[in-house]
Amino acid sequence: MIYVFLSLGIVGVIGLIAALLLYLAAKKFKVEEDPRIAEVEALLPGANCGGCGLSGCAAFARACCTATSLDDLNCTGLGDKEMAEIARIVGLAEGTRVRKIAVIRCNAACETRKLVNHFDGIKSCALEHSYYQGESACNFGCLGLGDCVVACPFGAMTFSESDLYPTVDADKCTGCGKCREACPRLLPTMRELHPGKQLVYVNCSNRNKGPLAMKECDVSCIGCGLCKKKCPSEAITLESFLATIHGDKCISCLECVSVCPRKSIIAEENPAPLP
Amino acid sequence: MKLKRFKNGGVHPDPMKLTAGKPIVGAPCPRKVTLFLSQHIGAPAKCIVKVGEKVEEGQMVAEAGGFVSAPVHTPIAGVVKKIDLVRDSQGLWKEAILIEEEPSEEPKKSQTLGFDQKNPLRSDDQIEKLSGKEIVDIIAEAGIVGLGGAAFPTRVKLTLPPGKKADVFLINGAECEPYLTCDDALMRAYPGEIVRGIRYLMKASGTSKAMIGIEANKPEAIEALEMVTMSSPDIEVVPLRTAYPQGGEKQLIQALTGRAVPAGGLPIDAGVIVDNVATAFAVYRAVKFGEPLVKRVATVTGVDVKDAGNFIVAVGTDMNSVLELAGGIPEETGKIISGGPMMGRAVSQPDAPLMKANGGFVLMPKTDTARGEVAPCVRCCKCVDACPMNLQPYLLQILAEYELPDDAKENGVLNCMECGCCSFICPSNRPIVDFIKLSKLQLRKKG
Repeated sequence: MIYVFLSLGIVGVIGLIAALLLYLAAKKFKVEEDPRIAEVEALLPGANCGGCGLSGCAAFARACCTATSLDDLNCTGLGDKEMAEIARIVGLAEGTRVRKIAVIRCNAACETRKLVNHFDGIKSCALEHSYYQGESACNFGCLGLGDCVVACPFGAMTFSESDLYPTVDADKCTGCGKCREACPRLLPTMRELHPGKQLVYVNCSNRNKGPLAMKECDVSCIGCGLCKKKCPSEAITLESFLATIHGDKCISCLECVSVCPRKSIIAEENPAPLP
Repeated sequence: MKLKRFKNGGVHPDPMKLTAGKPIVGAPCPRKVTLFLSQHIGAPAKCIVKVGEKVEEGQMVAEAGGFVSAPVHTPIAGVVKKIDLVRDSQGLWKEAILIEEEPSEEPKKSQTLGFDQKNPLRSDDQIEKLSGKEIVDIIAEAGIVGLGGAAFPTRVKLTLPPGKKADVFLINGAECEPYLTCDDALMRAYPGEIVRGIRYLMKASGTSKAMIGIEANKPEAIEALEMVTMSSPDIEVVPLRTAYPQGGEKQLIQALTGRAVPAGGLPIDAGVIVDNVATAFAVYRAVKFGEPLVKRVATVTGVDVKDAGNFIVAVGTDMNSVLELAGGIPEETGKIISGGPMMGRAVSQPDAPLMKANGGFVLMPKTDTARGEVAPCVRCCKCVDACPMNLQPYLLQILAEYELPDDAKENGVLNCMECGCCSFICPSNRPIVDFIKLSKLQLRKKG
């Protein structure tokens, strides 16, 4: 019986000594941290997407607490309410922020873009792109293997197996740009959302000359320039046979949507701001 | 006698040399050609002709666009119709020159392509007087690139970097890829010409010894070359054991000289230069006849192909017309592979023009091209045994799958030459080479 108590006693004493050492070490090497950092970080999504331009959520929280103005600091994953809360915590005025959303500039549904061959390698757009043109005739279009879906940290992209084409869930997309990084053909484009305007964009990335682009897909942009001519606010530029609509100048009059002979300009209702 | 071979790994795919022993047949001279400006590794050539300009047969239409580059010549006389983007065999848009024969021209005497021996540009005495530098210039001017498949400009290989010296010139006649027989056919038909080409290459590079490595499954080619080199002790014909990838540059160097090329290094780091037999033949044609690289021997083969054979084809010919020579594309074809079945690439545009490095087309029936169902890795390590570069393919595959390019680099992914031994041997049908390529892409993206 004595051995039981003896061993308990010895272990107890060792425990006390270790606790004392830990206490002293914690006292000596204590790191003073701004308590606001933890508070801000708790509000952030924690996806470490890098959409703010910093290395992750912790870096963003630290930057918020040391900044003198919140104008350049914008977490794409947060709604206005949370950003106001962060501004309150750090005691600064709310910064101006524009919400962005990803649009995929390809309308590669199976009925419009014929598949001309079959790729049987591993499911990776990057690899398929490095090998050859892809399964359809269009060298610029979506490869349909879903690198962007895998890359999205917010689960905002879903994949339609029947159409071999990803769709963006506007309620979840934060415009962080991870999908664009993952896409070997840079199809996802981050567009600014302006309240009261529709989201108008050219749903194609084909840079081939008109006749070629016309053969490759039923809804390709052929660079005819009609939309550019019609646009009253000079929001459309034409570069290597591909029209691009600039969201900051677009007044969403939808003139271009009606004039496009290829039906490749799309207008979508502005999704509601993130909750 | 024990035959030489590379030390580590390798596999033994069924050779399937269906067209071995078939004579070289000249294809009809094409009426129009499409010449890509970038048919080689390095900078694309620069176009020096205008639309509507008349060009002569063998005229240079694009000059080298840098040191690592090669000029492009036209195989036919005609008019430049267009300079435009054209799809290559992988369906990628590349800049090309379209030349069409003028309809008014009288039909040519020789309607089929061939390597005629008439009217040499230089006599043997004149060639004897040429310096090494002059031969390199002739080779550069003729747009000769490595015809084994990689299309590396030959001029660059022959221009040794300062401080480096080569003592042996290796000639690659291994042709270890299954199906292909274009080098075999060339060695049987033109052994004397190849050896003279080798002599010019030796002079150009300042080497005093040459070795020709040929796999032992080509006894006729070995015999033909041995006959012509009997009286020259400085050129040695070495039969090699049949194993894939015996024709890989590093494997050939190891088999023939026992030297190892350092990781990430070039053959010159081991004191050797390696060129293909077809390249040596092209060098002979350029030096002796002043003929630029506009035609080559290519194999069209496959189990269902009616008239599989070896053909002399012009660069820039429409690929379909070449496949037509062999009786067209069989109905049940699943894949057309440009190059050999181990390292070649599937063709998605069968109407694309030929390039300098296109040495063969294998038409595989659907039953052979279907990929087996991928099963989990069972850690049998057959891929490790098969890897000729001493890598661990199963590990590299996992590292690529989990996107760990840095770890893959530490495990030597950049030394992989994508020979495909691992995927070939894997009992679980794992697409190991696909993943290794993906790993290299991940590394490149990281910068």
